[in-house]
Amino acid sequence: MPKHEKSTEGNDGSGDNEEGSAAENEENVKGTDKGRKRATPRTARGHGRGRARHGDEENEDDEDGTRRAGHHRHRNRRRGRAAGNEGSDSDAEAAKARKNQANQKSKEDDEEEEDGKGGKSGKGKNEKKVDKKPDKKGKKEKANKKKKDKKKSGSGSDSDSEEEPITEEELAKLKEEVEEKKKLIATLRNKPWKMKKKLSVLKEAQLFVEKFEGALGKGKGKKFYAYKVMMTKKWMKFQRDFENFKTACIPWEMKIKEIESHFGSSVASYFIFLRWMYGINMILFGLTFGLVMVPEALMGKPYGSLPRKTVPRAEEATAMNFATLWDFSGFAQYSVLFYGYYNNQRTIGWLKFRMPLSYFLVGVGTIGYSFMIVIRTMARNANDDGGGDDTSFNFSWKMFTSWDYLIGNPETADNKFASITTSFKEAIVEEQESRKEENIHLTRFLRVLANFLALCTLAGSGYLIFFVVRRSQKFALEGLENYGWWERNEVNMVMSLLGMFCPTLFDVISSLENYHPRIALRWQLGRIFALFLGNLYTFIIALMDEINLKLEEEKIVKYNMTIWEASLYNGTIPENSTAPPIQVDPADVPRGPCWETMVGQEFVRLTVSDTMTTYITILIGDFLRAVFVRFFNYCWCWDLEYGFPSYSEFDISGNVLGLIFNQGMIWMGSFYAPCLPAINVFRLHTSMYLQCWAVMCCNVPQERVFKASRSNNFYMAMLLFILFLSTLPAVYTIVSIPPSFDCGPFSGKTRMFEVISETLEHDFPSWFGKVFGYASNPGLILPFILLMVLSIYYLNATSKSYKEANLELKKKLQSQAEENKRRNKQKAQKSNEQEENPFETEPPKPKGGKQDESTPNQDNKKGQDGNESKKTGQPQEASSSQVLQHPSLAPSSHYPPQSQAGNLPPPSIAVTRPPGPRRYGMPGYPPGNPCFPGPQPGMPRGPHNCR
Amino acid sequence: MVKDCTFFTRKEILRLFYRYRDLAPQLVPLDYTDKPAVTLPYELIASMPELKDNPFRQRIAEVFSEHGDGNMTLDNFLDMFSVLSEMAPRDLKAYYAFKIYDFNNDDYICKSDLEKTVNKLTRNELTPEEVSLVCEKVIYEADVDNDGKLSLEDFQHMIIRAPDFLSTFHIRI
Repeated sequence: MPKHEKSTEGNDGSGDNEEGSAAENEENVKGTDKGRKRATPRTARGHGRGRARHGDEENEDDEDGTRRAGHHRHRNRRRGRAAGNEGSDSDAEAAKARKNQANQKSKEDDEEEEDGKGGKSGKGKNEKKVDKKPDKKGKKEKANKKKKDKKKSGSGSDSDSEEEPITEEELAKLKEEVEEKKKLIATLRNKPWKMKKKLSVLKEAQLFVEKFEGALGKGKGKKFYAYKVMMTKKWMKFQRDFENFKTACIPWEMKIKEIESHFGSSVASYFIFLRWMYGINMILFGLTFGLVMVPEALMGKPYGSLPRKTVPRAEEATAMNFATLWDFSGFAQYSVLFYGYYNNQRTIGWLKFRMPLSYFLVGVGTIGYSFMIVIRTMARNANDDGGGDDTSFNFSWKMFTSWDYLIGNPETADNKFASITTSFKEAIVEEQESRKEENIHLTRFLRVLANFLALCTLAGSGYLIFFVVRRSQKFALEGLENYGWWERNEVNMVMSLLGMFCPTLFDVISSLENYHPRIALRWQLGRIFALFLGNLYTFIIALMDEINLKLEEEKIVKYNMTIWEASLYNGTIPENSTAPPIQVDPADVPRGPCWETMVGQEFVRLTVSDTMTTYITILIGDFLRAVFVRFFNYCWCWDLEYGFPSYSEFDISGNVLGLIFNQGMIWMGSFYAPCLPAINVFRLHTSMYLQCWAVMCCNVPQERVFKASRSNNFYMAMLLFILFLSTLPAVYTIVSIPPSFDCGPFSGKTRMFEVISETLEHDFPSWFGKVFGYASNPGLILPFILLMVLSIYYLNATSKSYKEANLELKKKLQSQAEENKRRNKQKAQKSNEQEENPFETEPPKPKGGKQDESTPNQDNKKGQDGNESKKTGQPQEASSSQVLQHPSLAPSSHYPPQSQAGNLPPPSIAVTRPPGPRRYGMPGYPPGNPCFPGPQPGMPRGPHNCR
Repeated sequence: MVKDCTFFTRKEILRLFYRYRDLAPQLVPLDYTDKPAVTLPYELIASMPELKDNPFRQRIAEVFSEHGDGNMTLDNFLDMFSVLSEMAPRDLKAYYAFKIYDFNNDDYICKSDLEKTVNKLTRNELTPEEVSLVCEKVIYEADVDNDGKLSLEDFQHMIIRAPDFLSTFHIRI
């Protein structure tokens, strides 16, 4: 302690060493005396907290804050001592200074309690001082630090005397302590204390760190240490600011919270999912927009310079019509929005931007990024899950976790109350097992029927889409001009309508089945999923057909092109044979059908029409219905609000699935229509607002309020599945279908991915290409795949074994718990018996009462210890409980010490009872009669044991 | 400063302060630098929309208040929402949940506490037999040391395995 005292002193000395004088030293002695006088009364209150060093600091601070005069003297004293240390004074004075230190130390011990109680006002002031105000003390400290950092102040001898007193261990100890405090600061918020206590502890810890961080940096690494400390501080501050900024940047937080409070966490989980999707789409949009669309628009050849960048002559008249644009043809088709517009020039602009390569990589990157982010989110969610799926706590969980604290709306609360009641009732009924499966045959029959109907619906919808797509192909062959709006948009409309009505149909069907609502929800989700998937794949197969048709057409067009070119040359060669490039308006050049743009257009149209149907459904199904119910309720024969139409509920499953499938379409189509992520971002943005509004103003909370804890990963799993399914066709088209010859960035190549090898050839050194060639040959790739498969197998096997071990452990724990229960019961019975015998318990009572006061704490602790260690399954409590017990009692009690530690046994009696009577009492009372409700003073839990 | 004691950012703390102040603008001063000792009565705290419909609102207020009477200072208020925030760890939440469900403050959840909990959860719609059955089942399930009531360890042991605990035991503000 003195050493440490010196260290601060030394610091001070370096700051104000010029002031040292004997007079001040004298005064200083008085100061300490006074301080001691003041301190002595506190001793009574003081309960030592064993943080001596810290106490010292607090003590000083406290004086500082509350008694200015004392502080002054104190400071003076310090200065004086510093001077003494410097050797400018005589030895005697130095000795006095040492004495002071000793005094100081004793005083510290007295006043340690101050850091616990933390005189609030004084400390608060103090804090400010240290933090900001260049008050005297603060300044001094600052000066201190600075001086330590910069100039090793004063004479060389001064610095010597400063550094000597601190030994290595001291330093290490100090460092440890500082680290400890820092840790305390970091984990303080996890402590279940009252805010006041937390605040005071925090202040104290911060003060401590602030003081001694500087003192640590003695010796060689001083500068570096100070620098490090400073940097960590800055870094912490930056991190904190950044965190603030980050939370401020999360969009729609308040909106979602509002919804959450009205509808519970399940509806909110949809909106959180929507927001997450929005984030992903923003990144996809950034990729396509920044790396593909903008460079092409800025640096690529302008509109009209090439045939592929010009609207053909035949369409020119209608190219700017709104109907055409709405259909994403005309000018929209020949713009950066679609694949066909891009040129196959290797580099564009002055930056030598490699457009085709960029296009390809963005396409691949989009998919790769999506996979990564979905899987990462899933893994994180899986970690967050408690991993508790055993049913051993069925009732407890129902009791303690069924109330959703988020609910802040009376209606939802009512529903929640009702659902909790029913769930309790169901559980009770299940528990009693009195529910007979009445008419099980009927239920089975109904379920089979329901599944049959659902399958029929699925098949019907699939066929309908196939039929419609075929029909539309026929229309397309005959020319769309002869048909109206319906024929043109038939496919999209049919798909949207199916998506709208089939889920309702499934809902009706599922009411036949009479499942538990949670299982029913799963079935419902599965069916809708199958429906959407079927629709999507039918659509894709139809598209493939169309692609093949276009490819055929392309061949013809290619042939015609050569004829056309030849004729062009034939006509012009005689006139000008030296100038082969003939100026033909690019609009007049015949061109191929460009299947990629067609695919992109289809997806864009589908997305847009899907969006429109969603919005219209919301407006009609929710808003108009709500308006109708609200206002016609006054003049209607039955209660509309609680009767038939009622208000609509928010359909979570349908909405989530819609979102997921929409995203699937984006993933599929974004390679051929770079504008698709942009459209999707717009859609999500608007639907966030629209749906928030619709939910808040025209939906009612669900009758069955579900919890959302598990559903998050369920959504994610579906998303991953859809991602996989939607990348399949996209990858297939990229890898195995030749790109169109006259449009898009890959025109002229036989396959799209050749752009990679081309880049390797031209832009990388030859050795790189060679290495790549070796790396990509099958001899190397096959073993690699084999290795991956093997490692997957290995990991799978290990995880399985872990799971088994887990299960085993769980079983063990359970059996142990059972055993403990049994043992405790026995023990409780026996101790009850002894309690009942007044003859034995009477004599040691007064003695027990005395000892009682001293032991309960220990015993309590012991019990808890026992509990904890029992949980971890270590037999360590045996020793601890035995030690605390009366030595002669341990052999006499028949129970292993574990059980004693388990349920806080009546400590006073167990400890104080003489061994003799107990031995006698045990055989005396049969264990079958423990339920004697006698007065049991030391044993509050007695009656509960005899249930 | 307060930030280290809670799970909130600066902005959130300020927002909470304004929420607190909105409960009683005439009582709470805007300037909190000199730390006035202002407490709001339970009736005001319980009228917050976040707590209004919670069957355990009184317990929550009592547990977090200074003297267990439901009256709160700003510090208690911050404390409460810090524990109930999303960022609070499981153990901390479990500790306070235990205190909330421990109606008679004897550090054990005993049968009467459980009965109160069930009645609050179901608004007295279960018959007494059903309630006592449920309570017995709960004690049977969760009581590891078999003393007829749930200690904090029992409670933590049980609640930490609950899948829904974290998602339901929080209030967003």
